[in-house]
Amino acid sequence: MNQEFTVTGAKVLFEIPILGGIAISETIVNTWIIMALIVGLCLFLTHGMQVRCRTRRQIVAEFIVQKVNAMVGENMGEHFLQVGYAPMIASVMALSALGSLSGMVGMYALTSDLNTLLGWALLVFVLITYNKFRSGGPLGYIKGYFQPIPVLLPFNIISEIATPMSMAFRHFGNIASGTVIMGLLRWALANLSFFIFSKLPGVLGQIFGPIPLLQVGIPAVFSIYFDVFSALLQAFIFCMLMMMNISSAAED
Amino acid sequence: MNEQLWTKAIVMGSSAIGAGLAMIAGIGPGIGEGYAVGKACEAIGRQPECKGTVQSTMLLGCAVAETTGIYGFIVALLLMFANPFIGKL
Repeated sequence: MNQEFTVTGAKVLFEIPILGGIAISETIVNTWIIMALIVGLCLFLTHGMQVRCRTRRQIVAEFIVQKVNAMVGENMGEHFLQVGYAPMIASVMALSALGSLSGMVGMYALTSDLNTLLGWALLVFVLITYNKFRSGGPLGYIKGYFQPIPVLLPFNIISEIATPMSMAFRHFGNIASGTVIMGLLRWALANLSFFIFSKLPGVLGQIFGPIPLLQVGIPAVFSIYFDVFSALLQAFIFCMLMMMNISSAAED
Repeated sequence: MNEQLWTKAIVMGSSAIGAGLAMIAGIGPGIGEGYAVGKACEAIGRQPECKGTVQSTMLLGCAVAETTGIYGFIVALLLMFANPFIGKL
């Protein structure tokens, strides 16, 4: 009952033997499971839609779409809503929220792997660059690096990279810290219950000692904040920052 | 004790101290977020009808203010569980 507490990354499950071996880790498998879940949920919610809303699931689907459209319209402006940014924002939010929450059912939460978040950061970087190109043209884009004075060129390049990187690290840090704290808590409770229950007299101590009885219930209370609240908040914040960064890139 | 073990002990001990020092970064976001939440409470008390907007803006601001603390945490996590210095011995 005195195992050490360690934090491990995602395990590599198998390798695809092309291009020198592509490692398929738990994160990738879980991402595909969550993606399948989201697609299934979408198919379920939009099944048998009618003009006059009759079923409960159609109300839910319409509610989600209206909320996302309102959020994108409010934060990014009418133009981005018509171009079709709302579905992308909604899918990132759903993937992030469900991916973080999947840690609660024992899966490796895909957002506690930095690679996932760096991939999303790459998406944000591409969108920011595309929007800068679109609003100012190639010349305006290059000119943006020499604002307000040309000496600031290195700092502008750093800040260009730092924006998506800090988004990725923020999301990763929050989810990973929750995972570490919950792991520490479970470990401490297991050791504490061994310490207490192995002191019971006779056979009782031998039976109840190895069973981590204190792990029942107590982690659930902390899990409300560290898993549920933090996961949903980070999904919301990642999408908000994404919308703000993209729309502010289009403005200047 | 042989030299190899001594080196490892020193590196591991220094890493643990470094991880602890890195988490001092948690002070900044704590103070900043507390200040932001206090101001948000003031704003809600003054104008309760703005509660939704104030709340979502505050959460966003808190998340941005948290970044420096998160950087410190990532450094601590690296030093504790994925130490880059032990591999270099």
